Amino acid sequence: MECIFRILRFDPVEDECPYFQDFGYKTQEKKSLLEALMDIRNEQDCTLSFRYSCREAICGSCAMVINGKPDLACRTMVESLNSTLVVIEPLPNLEIQKDLAVDMEPFWQALDKVEPYLFAGMERPEKGHRVEDKEMEKIDQYIACILCGCCYSACPVVARDEKYLGPAALAKLYRFVKDPRDKRGYARWSRVNTEAGAWGCDTVFKCNDVCPKKVRPADGIEGLRRKLVVERITRVLRLRK
Amino acid sequence: MITHDILVVGGGLAGLSAALAADPHLSVAVIARVHPLRSHSVAAQGGINAALGNNPGAGDDSWERHAFDTIKGSDYLADQDAAELMCQKAVPAIYELDFHGVPFSRFPGGVIAQRPFGGAGFPRTCYAADRTGLVILHTLYEQSLKKQVKIYSEALVTKLVVDNGRCEGVIVYDLATGEILPLRARSVIFATGGYGRVYLKTTNAYINHGSGIGIAYRAGVALKDMEFVQYHPTSLYGKNILITEGARGEGGYLLNNKGQRFMADYAPTAMELAPRDIVARAIQTEIDKGNGFENEYVHLDLRHLGEKAINKRLPAVREICLNFAGIDPVKNPIPIQPAQHYSMGGIDVDVRSASSLEGFYAAGECACVSVHGANRLGGNSLLDTIVFGKIAGEEASHFIQGLERKDGDDKILLDEAAAERQKVEDWMSRTSGEKAHDLLNKLKVIMSEKVGLFRTKKQLAEALEGIRQIREDYGHACLPGRCLRYSQAIINLIEFGYMLDLTEAITLGALRREETRGSHFRLDFPQRNDRDWLKHTLVSLKDGRPDVGYRDVKITKYKPQERKY
Repeated sequence: MECIFRILRFDPVEDECPYFQDFGYKTQEKKSLLEALMDIRNEQDCTLSFRYSCREAICGSCAMVINGKPDLACRTMVESLNSTLVVIEPLPNLEIQKDLAVDMEPFWQALDKVEPYLFAGMERPEKGHRVEDKEMEKIDQYIACILCGCCYSACPVVARDEKYLGPAALAKLYRFVKDPRDKRGYARWSRVNTEAGAWGCDTVFKCNDVCPKKVRPADGIEGLRRKLVVERITRVLRLRK
Repeated sequence: MITHDILVVGGGLAGLSAALAADPHLSVAVIARVHPLRSHSVAAQGGINAALGNNPGAGDDSWERHAFDTIKGSDYLADQDAAELMCQKAVPAIYELDFHGVPFSRFPGGVIAQRPFGGAGFPRTCYAADRTGLVILHTLYEQSLKKQVKIYSEALVTKLVVDNGRCEGVIVYDLATGEILPLRARSVIFATGGYGRVYLKTTNAYINHGSGIGIAYRAGVALKDMEFVQYHPTSLYGKNILITEGARGEGGYLLNNKGQRFMADYAPTAMELAPRDIVARAIQTEIDKGNGFENEYVHLDLRHLGEKAINKRLPAVREICLNFAGIDPVKNPIPIQPAQHYSMGGIDVDVRSASSLEGFYAAGECACVSVHGANRLGGNSLLDTIVFGKIAGEEASHFIQGLERKDGDDKILLDEAAAERQKVEDWMSRTSGEKAHDLLNKLKVIMSEKVGLFRTKKQLAEALEGIRQIREDYGHACLPGRCLRYSQAIINLIEFGYMLDLTEAITLGALRREETRGSHFRLDFPQRNDRDWLKHTLVSLKDGRPDVGYRDVKITKYKPQERKY
């Protein structure tokens, strides 16, 4: 099938503004968008830049906007788009570094802010923690996150408020708060009890829609909110006593 | 000039393990060609071995039994002291990972779950469903955030600079700026991963060019046992994405076009859970005999496990099959074929992860200790990265603590960077010549057709000749299009030179080794020959040409015996 790949090009060092460039491409059955991009780069324009690594939807490198929707290029088959025009743009809400490669730094910084690591407590159990699988299952959804940035790019709150931590970071925090091994105190994680944190979410669930790994980050944000409210009430009741 | 005491090259499991184990009082940094979370370690699925004895079927498992399985699996080419060390350290390593937050799957009672894996006498593979690499890599990255490890992402190391027999630093191509810069490091740890992309069919990520192995070789370090290339038995037909050995560990069957579990003919006791070299050859033999489908693949059947078990323990496998082949393993068997997966060989290091070059260490797939010998067992590669990555970080720290020598002259590093810059300039200034991906395709065809699962003297000699021919073409390569920033084309051309070095070492080692051992199967020498070949191959650069030497295998208490499963 003959396709037109309309790719957003931009080199902030050389170009004044971004522009679309069309590439003709003959696709075959089961061709992924990433493979197509590599063919275009190899055969038509070696200066075309985009990120990739695993090609199996687990490393999170190749997130980009494909015909209007953020997704991983590697897991998107060209034929599945049902269109001979394929428009490819870099992830929004992040600065373009070159062509389809965006500056992920704000995304990583937001992640860093939630202290995304286990607070295991002082004692190190000699033969590892003992936790029931049922407990661990509660975080299954969130540990599937590959931090590709699709949700961050689709989030309308991130678009208007650069302080907002975004869905991936908040879901990651919830993953730790729910981990039966984690001992971080309320004082530590309740720092997200703000508009830049758990209360910033518009609950329009764009993040859930675009997540290529079915993480449903908004569930995590809702979980944080619930936990914040419960903690708050418990504290008030305790004071009354 | 940017200067560090310890520079870790590579942000996968071995690299992050090394950085986290290094003395925090030293100036330590990780430099990686991709963000650490994009490293190929993330794609590991099935698990990590340790004799915890948590599985009810584990009986009296012990690290000694784990070591025995590893050594037998290696077809007795592993250094036994190294395998023992790794298996001994496995148990505390798993508990440490758990302590740092790895969400391992659990058995009733809350202990870490363990599943059976190929070539193992007991079920000792710890796992987090089939996303074990993902969760361990994310956990180590989280720990590196906690400990504020300095990380330079998206910077490709292109050269190791050596002066007076000691490594002085590296040359780096920085993707964001397009600059080629020197970086001083008093000690360098390579954790640069494997080279799967020199083959047409590989489970490896696109970035696995293996240049780190070639860089070390060019810096004068020997490469060990490079002829041992692991094919994974079960890669998804079409895209060659890994389908974990855990699928068979959970009870999956391999079926030919007659519906027979053909492993009965090849490994009647272990069946589907024989070591990878044996299963991969069995599958290819079935396909070659006409017992496959479309002369390309056989079936991996999980249907009898049921939807619930598949969703619980193999969710990523199901997702991969749905995404990349349009097949639901709950309802249909998975079409699979063998594909290149892992390199047993690599940079020659000892049990301290130290190389012959002062201050230079290597760990993980790019290194060869050797713990995997002629064939690695599933679940042992993650273990290797964690154990020997940590050792590399500790040993490099000791080296720096005892260091008295002053830093060398900056000029050496600056000159080397200028030479690298000139190389790229030359490629860009040419108006005609070979392009990187054409060269690479030619190399892949040679490696796949002539240095694959089954080898002969004639084919290996032809491959060697072919590689040398491509090296000449590489001499007049060109970059059609001028762009320095985020240029994968530049990366591919830089790395290609090193891919020629490592494929030459693979092929030369394979040509010389006139026996069959583990993954190295010679149709013209189909028997193992301990009398002449119970030794490691060492390929090193002498006067610009590869020179082959050998070193005896270290035997402790496990006498080489015939390998039956």
